[in-house]
Amino acid sequence: MTDDLIRRGLSRRGLLQTTAGLIGGSMLPAMPAFADDKPAIGTYPAGVSGSTAFIGISVPRTGTYAVQGEDELKGYQLAIEHINEGHELIKKISPKTSKGVLGKELKFGVADSAAKPNEAVQAQQRFISENKAIMITGGTSSAVAVALNKLAQREHVIFVCGISGSNDTTGKDCVRYGFRQNFFGQTAAAAIGPVMVREFGKGKKAAYLTPDYTYGHTVTKSMQDFLATAGWTTATNQVAPLGAPDYSSYLLNVANSGADVLINVNWGHDAVLSTQQAKQFGVLDKMKLVVPYQVPFIARETGGLMQGVYAATDYWWTIEDKFPLAKMFNEAFEKKYGYKPEWGAENAYVSFAHWARMCEEAGSFNPPDVIKAYEKGETIPSLVGDVHYRPEDHQCVRPVIIVKGKQQKDMKNKEDWYDVVEIVPGESLMQKPDAFGCHLGDYT
Amino acid sequence: MISWPNLVSQLFNGLALGALLALISSGLTIIYGTLGVLNLAHGAMFMIGGYAGFVTYQYTGSFILAVIAGSLFVMLLGVVMERTIIRHFYHRPHEDQLLVTFGLGICFVEIIRLIFSSQSQIVPPPALFQGITNLGFMFYPTYRLAVVGIVAIALGALFIILYRTRLGMIVRAGIEDSVMVDSLGINVYRVFMIVFGIGAMAAGFAGIVNAPVVSLTPGIGDDILVQTFVVVVIGGVGSFPGAILGGLIAGEIISVTSMFNPGYAYVMLFAAMTIVLVVRPHGLLGVQGRE
Repeated sequence: MTDDLIRRGLSRRGLLQTTAGLIGGSMLPAMPAFADDKPAIGTYPAGVSGSTAFIGISVPRTGTYAVQGEDELKGYQLAIEHINEGHELIKKISPKTSKGVLGKELKFGVADSAAKPNEAVQAQQRFISENKAIMITGGTSSAVAVALNKLAQREHVIFVCGISGSNDTTGKDCVRYGFRQNFFGQTAAAAIGPVMVREFGKGKKAAYLTPDYTYGHTVTKSMQDFLATAGWTTATNQVAPLGAPDYSSYLLNVANSGADVLINVNWGHDAVLSTQQAKQFGVLDKMKLVVPYQVPFIARETGGLMQGVYAATDYWWTIEDKFPLAKMFNEAFEKKYGYKPEWGAENAYVSFAHWARMCEEAGSFNPPDVIKAYEKGETIPSLVGDVHYRPEDHQCVRPVIIVKGKQQKDMKNKEDWYDVVEIVPGESLMQKPDAFGCHLGDYT
Repeated sequence: MISWPNLVSQLFNGLALGALLALISSGLTIIYGTLGVLNLAHGAMFMIGGYAGFVTYQYTGSFILAVIAGSLFVMLLGVVMERTIIRHFYHRPHEDQLLVTFGLGICFVEIIRLIFSSQSQIVPPPALFQGITNLGFMFYPTYRLAVVGIVAIALGALFIILYRTRLGMIVRAGIEDSVMVDSLGINVYRVFMIVFGIGAMAAGFAGIVNAPVVSLTPGIGDDILVQTFVVVVIGGVGSFPGAILGGLIAGEIISVTSMFNPGYAYVMLFAAMTIVLVVRPHGLLGVQGRE
């Protein structure tokens, strides 16, 4: 599209922040290199030769995932602020952190990926070559996550994955330099599947709304595979492009499919729009709705259509009753931003806290050392209890939370959208490390 | 899932979808046909119509006032845009026109994002048109049925303006040969301003009428703009009847293809556009040689 071509040439408001980062980076005082016998690799040691370390962040600030991208960005910003000041919460996750990471203040640049892989890769390539980014992050689209995985491996720069639900991210497209904290298609299906069978019974027919890229296809496949074990069949699978402006034709197929349950795999604004239109077409009156990969803010944006709906998620703020670190995070986040954090912000915050911990444990920013610190697979704290990263595929083994939309009369405040039904331990949800074809690649 | 009930449902839905595309595209094609300016801010104007109506609805609770306010606001915006910026680009290369309207579109989207954030905003349909209607062969949202009627009336009004008034005669003459119109002593630039305002108003009107069908986001116009261009290319650039025909064809292609394989709905739309460009480069109802 001309639209896209020109957009790539002209930057938007992210340009200002990026430019500020670039100028800031260029003004850094020249400092002597580390007295370190590690060979140079990627942006190491050039990227940390001064008093700062730079992180490249690419999130969608426009397009169908913009709302979730902004929330994710807030999580990153809060984590960087906490790391730089040695906040109490960060110290709970990364005890060796004092101020900054290994004494280096974290700086960052932000680019708008618009959930498009090419835009994210271009922005991160810029951060790597011009700012010597020591770590990059981005997601809110698995297509972006997979593309950045490959960039990270090629450039030997660690990629701490943002929101990404595809099995491929730590499956067939996994890389040595990439790490993912959040839940994904397989664990979502394994966690919410039993709840669906328990609530709706065996041998049901499901209709799927699937976005047409790696996230959608793998989540739908995982759901189909799990539910087939309980005799469920697929009545129809409606595959729509990302950012479809209208779902009427897909929903007519769903309405005529004879399905008992509508499984909406769409995400971001696509999920909001398709859910609203499902209501308009009477689909939600005929069948139950399930959202296997919960979408931050969907309850608010659909104006109550999530009431009674089951969803699997990475985090819901009311678990603070069980997890003290979640309570600390909620309070800090709400104080800064004025609302309860959703799971995009949680994933962003924890991912950075874990990365800071691994750097501190490695005692170096040297990427192979940091990777090996992750690969020790030691049990470490998160906002949802103890977790660990698998050395075989770099996937964090962490609980999945099943929520159910509350009726309006039961809401205790305007953000009390869900009841936490179950917190499913992570280990039981994981596939075998090689089940999705992961081959990590080399360290150097 | 091919069955007669589903086929009839999809054909009907294609009609409803196509009607809306026709309305948005008509504004774009009239502007291009008369002024020779391909307005890439047209999607943004569609979006602003929705937001202007949304604000009005928030304050008044009246959907009718929201439609009026959304349409008039965008018409005014179009007139101001034409007077202050677009008129300086009439004699500039097409590339400059594309860039300036594209830039304006980005500015409009980001201003709206700054004010309203990216979160979805909802405009409920008027009470009269809420709920679902049983058509015998299908259940269909009542408001979408109403939209077909509303769009038909709006297109009828545009038709009367273009084909039954002196202004319309001048506009159509301008589409054919603006130099000749100018030499006949008609202030063609004043006509251009009016046409730009009417074209913008069509987008704004469609934006607020469409608002209860979708949820408003700043990027809503970007999504629809691509389809709108496809409609204009299929129907014929500068042709008002072509926009209607193109809209209906596009709506039917998207709807019917999705019945066979939803993943190919938009592929088929672009395939149809490609075929039209190859077989009839000026579009189905366009006139050869018209720029």
